Amino acid sequence: MSLILVQILNGLQYGLLLFLAASGLTLVFGILGVINLAHGSFYMIGAYMALTLTSYTGDIFLALAAGIPLAFLIGMAIEWLFVRHLYKRDHLQQVLLTFALILVFNEAQQSIWGNYPKSIPMPSYLSSSISLTPELGYSVYRLALMAICVGLALLMMFVIQKTRVGRLIRAAESNPEMVEALGFDSRVLFRVVFAAGAALAAAAGMLAAPVESAYPGIGERVLIISFVVVVIGGIGSIRGAFLGSLLIGLADAFGKVFVPKFSSVLIYALMALVLVLRPNGLFGRS
Amino acid sequence: MSANSLLEARAIDAFYGASHVLRGVDFRVGRGETVSLLGRNGMGKTTLLRTLMGLVPARGGEIRFDGDDIKGRRPSAVARAGVGFVPEGRGIFPNLSVEENLIFAEREGPGGRRDWTREAIYQLFPRLLERRANWGNQLSGGEQQMLTIGRALMSNPTLLMVDEATEGLAPMVREDIWRTLRLIAERGVAIVVVDKNLDDLKKLCRRHVILVKGEVVFDGPTGELAARDDFVRSQLGL
Repeated sequence: MSLILVQILNGLQYGLLLFLAASGLTLVFGILGVINLAHGSFYMIGAYMALTLTSYTGDIFLALAAGIPLAFLIGMAIEWLFVRHLYKRDHLQQVLLTFALILVFNEAQQSIWGNYPKSIPMPSYLSSSISLTPELGYSVYRLALMAICVGLALLMMFVIQKTRVGRLIRAAESNPEMVEALGFDSRVLFRVVFAAGAALAAAAGMLAAPVESAYPGIGERVLIISFVVVVIGGIGSIRGAFLGSLLIGLADAFGKVFVPKFSSVLIYALMALVLVLRPNGLFGRS
Repeated sequence: MSANSLLEARAIDAFYGASHVLRGVDFRVGRGETVSLLGRNGMGKTTLLRTLMGLVPARGGEIRFDGDDIKGRRPSAVARAGVGFVPEGRGIFPNLSVEENLIFAEREGPGGRRDWTREAIYQLFPRLLERRANWGNQLSGGEQQMLTIGRALMSNPTLLMVDEATEGLAPMVREDIWRTLRLIAERGVAIVVVDKNLDDLKKLCRRHVILVKGEVVFDGPTGELAARDDFVRSQLGL
């Protein structure tokens, strides 16, 4: 029973982090029409920003407060320098350029932070465990991490459902040309969406850093799983990304315990099953 | 550009890839004027509207709207200058409610005009008021068309460009759309309309333009269109 409870919590925690990373990817793909292979790099940048900013501020949450706006600015710069030139180009060119960005980011990471994994300290006030059952304790930081992810997810959903910017995002998701023809400059919208996606991925990387540390290649691992989330949820769907992330998080957590030999295959089997039943994903439109 | 001209395009060329779709088109709309754009399928009517809107780049020539050069401007800038667009296929936002679709486009028109408010749109289309909380994709074809016209009016345009608004609609709904377009025209909004129903177009529009293979072959008032009935019917394949 305790094992199941722990795996549920681990699965939810992983799924919520994945949602932060994948939501940006699905919006960029769904609205901007760009396959951004460098999206995982923002997660990696977040993890290493956590390392550096925590060393200055002494606290991961202060680092997060500084890091999210910083990642947003980096996202805006990357969109302005590179990504905006890809909107009217085919997917092959998008893949080539964004793959090149991965290489650049990875080289920069190795030059600045080196090749060895770096651990990021948990805040001392959250480093303890609390008892969920008499024989089971669970990290307070992990619970706080989940609460922050839920908070950010709710904030994102509020913005998308209830605000003017959210209306623009939803409209652009279904018909970007009409958004422009109704008087909204899509260049501004696209830059903000891309930067917000980068900031969310970086936030996920920062929050995860004290749990999984920062190491080379961390971005690519997240990128691949994030694409699986986008496919399961349906391109451009935030609701789909949320459900897909939680499904993958839980499948991964339970797979590692109950079918360890097949755990790495499990999420891809889940994706294949969804594609057979709903070829456009759980909330995707044909 | 004459003082009464709202929109004036001269010698416009447009391409889709290597295909030369518009060939030196001259097109003019006066203030408050209603103009029909006629032609068989594939003759360049939709391309002309999209080019005027800035959605298709114009090569050569010039496009002036309300005295300003709008050629090469982004569609958003053209819309803000006072052009409302009702595209072929409607283009509603299916994941926004009826009310959200209208709020989306809510804006002062040129000169700070606010003739068209949500209340005014609901008066024009009472059906939309009943369906205000429904998602765009829950509407019938006729309701979607009403929403597209209402949404375009919410930006208080001085020119409304309507592409195939009655296509695929039931006769009664079609009649509703024509009646509404006549009402909008009476309120001083200039209208360019692409449609296949010649009789309805004659009732709505004072001037008519026929495009054949991307070139204007006729530009004249309703009387002249009626007088040259054989020519018109042969050009339109009627």
